[in-house]
Amino acid sequence: MAIEGVDLIKAAAFLGAGLSMGLGAIGPGVGEGMAAAKACEAIGKNPKEAGLLTRTMLVGQAVSESTGIYSLVIALLLLFVV
Amino acid sequence: MDSASLTSLAANFGAGIAIGLGAIGAAIGEGHTAAQASPAISRNPQMAGEVFKTMLVGQAIAESASIFALVVALVLLFTNLPVSSYLTACAFLGASLSMGFGAIGSGVGSGFPAGATCHGLVRQPAMANKLTTNMLIGSAVCQTPSIFSLVIAFILMFGDYSAAAPAPLWAALIGAGVSTGLSAIGAGLGGGLVAQSCCEGIARQPRAAGALTNSMLLGQAITQTTAIYGLLIGFILLFKHHPETNSIAAAMALLSAGICMGIGGIGPGIGEGFTAQGAVKWIARNSEGIGEITRSMLVGMAVAESTGIYSMVIALVLIFVV
Repeated sequence: MAIEGVDLIKAAAFLGAGLSMGLGAIGPGVGEGMAAAKACEAIGKNPKEAGLLTRTMLVGQAVSESTGIYSLVIALLLLFVV
Repeated sequence: MDSASLTSLAANFGAGIAIGLGAIGAAIGEGHTAAQASPAISRNPQMAGEVFKTMLVGQAIAESASIFALVVALVLLFTNLPVSSYLTACAFLGASLSMGFGAIGSGVGSGFPAGATCHGLVRQPAMANKLTTNMLIGSAVCQTPSIFSLVIAFILMFGDYSAAAPAPLWAALIGAGVSTGLSAIGAGLGGGLVAQSCCEGIARQPRAAGALTNSMLLGQAITQTTAIYGLLIGFILLFKHHPETNSIAAAMALLSAGICMGIGGIGPGIGEGFTAQGAVKWIARNSEGIGEITRSMLVGMAVAESTGIYSMVIALVLIFVV
């Protein structure tokens, strides 16, 4: 197998992109799930405030989503820019 | 090293990986069930026989994931190979990774509803039938990700690679196994959490049993989605035609697609499991709020799914674009 410099750099970039997005997806997935779990429990306790609770849940999830989006951006940079 | 001895090396090494990793989940899940059965019996020793029976049934279902892994290990050890090539060796490695990782989540997950059912039997002896039925349904859904892994493992082991060029197909074979196996971990665990809180809920509020089982199935179906993404990427890697090339970058893109989807599927599966667990728990306590709770459960799960979808997008870009 011919291993040249450019080929090797591309290979490393592809592997890095996969690892970046894969590992970066774990935290937001678990964290947003926990936020939503507590929101469901709170709505169960007090269904009248469902609108307020859903809004709070979505804002909290959007913040914890940010690290997942950072991973996506880095993965796309590795794929198309490097 | 010639291809025959490399294939035999991969088969032996793969058998170890398949059953070594595959034994983790079932052992933890069954231990959890037994740990729940003992306090349940001490609470009401008269129910000891019933609880003991349910514990064994629950443990038997949790065991099935590791039995799949044992089957794959035995096939790898004792099959006489008609053809041996470098690709067969890679396929064996992929099959063992798929089955080994894939059995972890299902084994642990199936232990949760069985443990909750042991407690529930002591609390509501009259609901024994409904509780056991619900446990069986919930545990069966938990096993589906390990069945996906078994399917990919069998396709990999019995594929015919004699006519194919080795590069970059070798990376696709390992990638397919990693993708299906790792993404099954999250779905199995998450599905188990949902079934656990459903069994607890039925024991607490027997009248809501029907609504609870429906909500459990809805929640479990959504936790399975990331395992299905993993299976999808696995099938694409296996059955797409990969043009022959000696470039190491092309091979690494295929391997990386599998790793990306596999690891990326773990988090959303577990997170969605937490969400549906909380929702089902409160549907049991407040059955009038079922509409509001289900709606926010679905919205919350959709957001938690997003990183799994990003992973699938990156995996598809790695396979089809770069």
